[in-house]
Order: sequence, then C-alpha cells, then structure tokens
Amino acid sequence: MSDVERHAYDCLVIGAGGAGLRAAIEARERGLRTAIICKSLFGKAHTVMAEGGIAASMGNVNSRDSWEVHFRDTMRGGKFLNNPRMAELHAKEAPQRVWELETYGALFDRTPDGRISQRNFGGHEYPRLAHVGDRTGLELIRTLQQKIVSLQQADGRESGDLDARLRVFAEVTVTDLLTEEGRISGAFAYYRESGRFVVFEAPAVILATGGICKSFKVTSNSWEYTGDGQALALRAGAALVNMEFVQFHPTGMVWPPSVKGILVTESVRGDGGVLRNSEGRRFMFDYVPDVFRGQYAESEDEADRWYEDPDNNKRPPELLPRDEVARAINSEVKEGRGTPHGGVFLDVSTRLPADEIVRRLPSMYHQFKELADVDITAEPMEVGPTCHYVMGGVEVDADTAATAVPGLFAAGEVAGGLHGSNRLGGNSLSDLLVFGKRAGDGAADYVSSLPQTRPQVRDEDVEHAAQTALAPFAAPTLGAFENPYTIHTELQQTMNDLVGIIRRESEMIEALQRLSKLEARERDVVVEGHRQFNPGWHLALDLRNMLLVSRCIAMAALERTESRGGHTREDHPDMDARWRDVNLVCRFDDKGEVVLQREMLPAIRPELLALFERSELTKYLTEDELSRLSPLDPEAGR
Amino acid sequence: MSYEGSFRVWRGDDDAGGLVDYQVEVNDGEVVLDVIHRLQATQAPDLAVRWNCKAGKCGSCSAEVNGRPRLLCMTRMSTFSPDEVVTVTPLRTFPVLRDLVTDVSFNYEKAREIPAFEPPKGVAPGDYRMAQVDVGRSQEFRKCIECFLCQDVCHVIRDHEQNKPAFAGPRFFIRIAELDMHPLDTREGRAEAAQDEHGLGLCNITKCCTEVCPEGIKITDNGIIPMKERVVDRKYDPLVWLGSKIFRRQT
Repeated sequence: MSDVERHAYDCLVIGAGGAGLRAAIEARERGLRTAIICKSLFGKAHTVMAEGGIAASMGNVNSRDSWEVHFRDTMRGGKFLNNPRMAELHAKEAPQRVWELETYGALFDRTPDGRISQRNFGGHEYPRLAHVGDRTGLELIRTLQQKIVSLQQADGRESGDLDARLRVFAEVTVTDLLTEEGRISGAFAYYRESGRFVVFEAPAVILATGGICKSFKVTSNSWEYTGDGQALALRAGAALVNMEFVQFHPTGMVWPPSVKGILVTESVRGDGGVLRNSEGRRFMFDYVPDVFRGQYAESEDEADRWYEDPDNNKRPPELLPRDEVARAINSEVKEGRGTPHGGVFLDVSTRLPADEIVRRLPSMYHQFKELADVDITAEPMEVGPTCHYVMGGVEVDADTAATAVPGLFAAGEVAGGLHGSNRLGGNSLSDLLVFGKRAGDGAADYVSSLPQTRPQVRDEDVEHAAQTALAPFAAPTLGAFENPYTIHTELQQTMNDLVGIIRRESEMIEALQRLSKLEARERDVVVEGHRQFNPGWHLALDLRNMLLVSRCIAMAALERTESRGGHTREDHPDMDARWRDVNLVCRFDDKGEVVLQREMLPAIRPELLALFERSELTKYLTEDELSRLSPLDPEAGR
Repeated sequence: MSYEGSFRVWRGDDDAGGLVDYQVEVNDGEVVLDVIHRLQATQAPDLAVRWNCKAGKCGSCSAEVNGRPRLLCMTRMSTFSPDEVVTVTPLRTFPVLRDLVTDVSFNYEKAREIPAFEPPKGVAPGDYRMAQVDVGRSQEFRKCIECFLCQDVCHVIRDHEQNKPAFAGPRFFIRIAELDMHPLDTREGRAEAAQDEHGLGLCNITKCCTEVCPEGIKITDNGIIPMKERVVDRKYDPLVWLGSKIFRRQT
C-alpha cells in the first residue's frame, strides 16, 4: 500500500455541511492547514435542506428575548436531558454566529428597521429564527461555501496556490479513522469517482458527518445520512450518547409514495398553518401534555389572537415541540381520523392570503405544486411524521467538542448532548455554527499542544483498511451472494416497524435479532462492476455503518424504560424523573462488540437552575435533585 | 397505477458508451429519479447517478431527459405517456465520468474566479442594516441551487468548447450580479469585470438559461441584461468614455 495517494494536513474535517464548513473556517483562521472531505459535491450537504431558520436570541422582533430564555426553551424541548453546558454555550453564542454570517455575505430576510427578521417556531417562546423564506439552509451552506472560497482566494493571492491552506476534497468517502496508540493519526478514504484510495495524515480530525436517518424507511434525509461519523467514532474508541432519541418530524409529505418523507417545514405552522384531522377538528388542543400546560392556548380563539398579540395570549398548540406534535399525528391516524393517504391535514390556505403564502413559503409552494399537484394556497397539505434527526451522537466535551479519543472532535448532528431527548426546530443550524466553530478552536488548541513528532499512520492499518473496503468485490466462500440494496431495504423496514416512533420491548428485542441476521448477511454482500463511481459498492460500504448505528439505537431504546422526547415506549408511557440524569452510552468492548452503559448526566449549575420556576422543575428533576435544590440555594426555584 | 415503462439510459465512460434499453416498472406519482433507483436496485446495480436530497433543493441530479436539461428528482413520470420511450443522458456540456455522472469541476473553478463579498469596513457584526426591498434583488439570485443546468444549456460553451476558459456562464453572471446588487458590498467595478474578465459579452441573450432554471430565477432579465446595460453605460457611452479619458485616475 506504499503506492496509495497520500496527503498531510494539520486538520481534517470530515463532512461539508454547516458544522464542517464552519469548523474548517475556524481551523484555517487559527493557522491549521485544513482539508475538508465531502461525500457529495461541495455545497450539496444535507444542511441545504434546512428550511425554517437559525435560532438565535438576537431580540430583533421581540426585545424580551435573551440567551436565558433560549436556554430555557432548549432545556424544556429536550425534557431536561440536555447537556446543560452545551445548551448554555449554544444559547449564548448563537447570535454572534448569525451576525458573523452577514460579514461573509449572507442575506437574511429583514425587519422593517433593516435588521435580521426572526420568525416563530415550535417550542421557542419568542420569534427567534433568522431565516431566508423557507430556504435558510441553502443560504447557510452557500454563505459558508463562499467564505471558504474567499479564504482560498486570499491564500492564492499570498502564495499563488488557492489550495495552500484550505482544500476541499469532493466526492470522497472516509471508511476508517487511523490511530497510533489511541491518538488520531489520520483517515483512510476513497474517491467515489474513481474508486482510488487516499490516505490523509492528520493529527486532528473533526467529524461533521451529520445523522443516521437513512437507516429508516420514511425519512427526510438524503443518501448521505448513513451514520458514518458515529460509526467511525465508535470504531476509533469514542462513545455514543443518547442514541435512542431519534426525532420524527411531525410534518413530512405522505403522498405520492415516491416523495413520502420529504420535509414540510415547521414554518408553515409558525406562520399560521393549522393541523386538522379528517373530521375537521384542530386536534392539537387535545394533546398538550402536563409539563407544557399553561404555556399553550386552550381555545382556537386565543391561539389565533396570539399571532397578532403574543404578549397577551398563549401560543397555539401546533407549535408544541416536535415530539409532541409527531405523537399526536400518529395517534390521530391510528385512531382512524387520518387523511386518505394516511396523514393529517396541514392547512395554511385559509389562514394567509395566497400571495403571502408564496412569499413566505416559496419552496413549499413549489414542492407541493411540482411533486404532488397540490396548490397549498388553495387547499390543505397531507402530512405525517418522518424520520428527521438523531439527538444522540458522539459524546463530546461541551467547550472543545473533543471526544474521548485524543485528536478526534465532533460537531453538529453527529455529536450528542445539546438537544437532550428532543431538538427544537431552528436549534440545528445554530448548533452547527456554534459547535462547528468550537470544534475548529478545539482542534487548533490540540494541534498546537502536540510535540514535534505527530502520531504516525501505520502501513498495516492502511493495508487493513484497503482490504476491508475491497471485501464486497470478493465472492463469499460460504453462503449466498447478498445484494446491498436488498439488505438496505430490509434494514429500513426493520427500523421503521420495530424501532420507530412508538416502541415496545418485544419489538425491539426482535429488531436486535433481525439486526444480527442482517449483520451476518452484510458480510456476504457482493457488488458487481468495478470501482469507478459504483453506487452498489458505495452502499455496501455505508451499510456496515448503518447496521452498527442501528444496533446502538435499538439497544439504548430497549434499555430506557420511560418515554421522553424522541423516545416513546408504549409499555412505559410516562416520563420518569429517575431517568432524567441518566445517559445511555455505547462503546466498543475489547472484542469490538457494542456495550451499553449508564452514566450520569453533568449536573445543571445552580445559576442555570435558577432560570426556572420551582413549580416547573418539579415536573422534571429527580427527588434527590429537588431536595438538594432548596436549602442550598434559596435563589433557585423562585 | 403501475406500468412497464421503456427507458433508454446512456451507459459508459469518457472512452466509450451508448444508450441501453431497459423496461422498468413505473408507479403513480413517481419521478425519473425513482425509476433510475429502481433500475439500480433490480437490474443495473452499478448504474452511476449523482443525487442527494430528492426534493429539488440541492441540485445534484442534473441530467438530460429526452434531450432537455432537467433535475431527475423533479421530472414527473406523469409528464410522459406510458408508451413513450424516456431517454436519460448525462449533461452534454461537461465531460462524462461514468453513466449519468459528469465532471462539473469547471463550475467550481469558475466560482473561485469571482471576487468574494467585501464587507463594509467599520461596521461591526450585528450592526448591518439593510432594507428588505434592497436585499430582495440579490436574494432572487441566492435561490440558485447550483444544479448547473443553465451552464449545461448555454450554447456559448455547450457548442463551443473553446469558449470555456473565457466564459463564466449564467450561474456566475448572477453570482456577480448578486454581489453587485448587495447593499453592503464595497467592491467596485463588478459589472465591468463581468464584461472584461468573465465573458459577459459572449452572451447573446437567448434566455435558454432562464428557461431551464428549476428555481425560476430570471437569470437573463434580472441578472444578465441589467449588467450588460451598466457595462454599456460605462464603457460605450461617448460622454462617459470621454470623461474617463480626461479624468483618468493616475495610477
């Protein structure tokens, strides 16, 4: 393997969505020679699909907003399972990260006085989401992409080489991280186009590979979301946390079948859209859970008045956090009050003038018109839950984004902790920016702390990685030839049916059994053709990541005997305070098997607890935590 | 409703290739990309196609359907009759890598030739103030999903390979227009540079780019023509020309 193409960098960023690009900008600005690896073309990452906006408490539309309120909303949305330090940093730093985008050239929608406009969204107390119509993700990724080009242009002027300090490797997939004595030394990858292998030597690797939802059948995610980063981290020795928490976005398209799962932005509800069942009832009023009672309107009149006068009315229950809305839709359909295609009605046509709908929700208008022959300005949409996001992910240090493996960092969806058991809409894009930057800083600090000799890439590791990558081309000695597409379809069906939005013990045990069989069959996968842009081979390599991550999800979901956020157990329907401070953590044991362990969530600092009313804390905290609260800190729980 | 559809798909690489006939199941509500995926899963597992979001938002699955530049994910099968043969070929303007996948690196090189946004000096982050009416013009161009269909259809490079070094193409003309109209960009002379350095003059306004844009951006009317007009004003107006000769800056 001495002939394999090699590159040496200070920092390797795997993933070119919002988190990866923001991390790369920071790493390069801090002086690291940085490479960005993207699985698809530059600028196509899944961030582009984000619609609603970036949550940041700039207070442009309602000046009462502040980081404290944002922190509170994030903790409530995550049902207090969030890593509190991450939630704090996120709420504090999001405004700076958004304003910074304007200096890169971003053009957000404006308020009448020329500031960045902010819109309402589920779970956010005030209008908080900076947005560009309903294509905010596109604006974010293009802005970061163009900032990277501008840095390359600066390097070009200085050195004559545009790629001198920041280079993008497009359509390259990393299959293994390389380590020496437990520290990161680089990564092994292949060019999708040619199938050629390439080794990156780098002491710091930032994972920014996004999520896992391609393991589920009905999903809003693209093919790239195969859990690569989570699997790479596990295999390198890092831990995954909270993997049982998978977000089903309440509103995906349900018809026609070929577009089932494609996202319908929450902005439709933020801008006035309402959910109705087949009987015409606005059913969300029936689903306000106890923990949120008192924060949401109890009548349609009040809910409708809120759009005009939010200070004196409570918000409509359509704007509850996503887990609540998704479960409600699921129940309505199950109880026979669904639409002809198995969803519920989402109607904005009777709520806003047609031209206003087209102006505020242009891509939704376009998407329904083009793909479903539905004119959303004249008729309701049919929507249902779709697998959208994983709250869990690689366990990281809140301040530096460092994982347990020296030199390995993670940011964005691939990292876990910030969102607890459920993510609020709009908190993803801000997550990417806040922790992308922090990961870049973390990597820079780590690299500068290294001695002169860096961890080395070992030839035997490269050889082994190459053999693993080529395995699907060799026919198995025993057993049938397996088709990667078939295994993928069966995996998606298994996760959808058995580890989906509502979970039961017996089904998850069955899921784990089926996963074992699929894992065995995956070893007999054979692909046709050669290595040049061969999608069958690419899928075969992604499959092993999907299977591994699916196992972690099923194991953690089986273990957590309560319902919280994105994890709903039919056999344990209530939230249980005893689980409030328990993280479920997956690691490899020394035989390379996944083991699940319980760990304590970091404590919430008293001054952060003091941001909540005591009456609210009693809904979440363990008795032990509450008993410690009052005598020691009279301020907390005013 | 479901039927057996007839497809002709270009298979091959930069050396050789040709159209291959397939019979594939087509279902109600499907788009061409669904059919290509079914081909992969059932008959041609190594058929190369680029795609990502499958919702018309990322601009990856650009190809030509019956000779017309299209996004495969936004081309509904219902636009063809069941007995019609649907021909899917790679973008013609760019070199084929394999099957439906082309080498679009031309576009990324051109992107790096356009000078970046130059922020106003002395305005702190958070202090940017712009009116919606002013950002709206540039926002239209920022809807671009970089599918490069406009680049593919543009005859300046589609039919004349030799123009490629001198011509940035419609996608990057609207990038320049977007920066030129950005209320706070401080770089001077973007429209002139479009003419002098990026080949704006080669465009003869046939509007093919506007016609194929899946985002409905009025590339020609709102981007290219206003820039051409400004160039004409500055470069060819006899009075301005005279002024520039008399008052030319000493450099």
